[in-house]
Amino acid sequence: MMLYQTSRLTDRPYTAIRRNMRSLTTASLILGMLKGLSACVQVIAPDKPIVINLNINIKQEVVYRLDGDAKDLINEEADIF
Amino acid sequence: MFENVSKNKALAAIGGLILTAVVATPVMAQRDPAYEAARSSGAIGEKPDGYLGYVTSPSPAIKALVEDINIKRKAAYTRKAQETNSTVEQFAFTSGCNLIMRTSVDEKYQTPSGSWNTRDSSDPVRDSRCP
Repeated sequence: MMLYQTSRLTDRPYTAIRRNMRSLTTASLILGMLKGLSACVQVIAPDKPIVINLNINIKQEVVYRLDGDAKDLINEEADIF
Repeated sequence: MFENVSKNKALAAIGGLILTAVVATPVMAQRDPAYEAARSSGAIGEKPDGYLGYVTSPSPAIKALVEDINIKRKAAYTRKAQETNSTVEQFAFTSGCNLIMRTSVDEKYQTPSGSWNTRDSSDPVRDSRCP
């Protein structure tokens, strides 16, 4: 009887701790899931059309170098410009 | 003295002939009247890429005209690109900078954002890389 009581007495806090631990784990899991949800990347569609610049390989220095030749061509073939 | 004058006259005549030839050459390569009319009416305009574009939906005649000129332009750009060791796109773009600059008042040109502007006395809106 005495043994049983002690065992129960000692057992109780453990069960309580275990229960607490379990609920803590559950709570942290739920929190983690919520956190995961809130960290989702939100994509907002732009209201303006997306303009893709295809002239990305044209550098200003090249344009400056070709400028004289371009002017010559426009003067030479004035019927198509 | 008299000899000198006749010599000068002969030189002047030759000079005049040369001048006529020089002046006459660009007149030979003038724009087609239909092309000129399409430009000034604002139906077509210059694009930043060096080609012509439609400002309004084109009639079959204007469509044929623009396609023909754009093919000729591409051929010219390709030839010049080879001469200058550049790409067709680079040469076409540089030409586009100049062609937009050369548009006359009331003609249309396309801005880098893609909208069509009517040229006025102020400088046109061009790509930042244009000289």
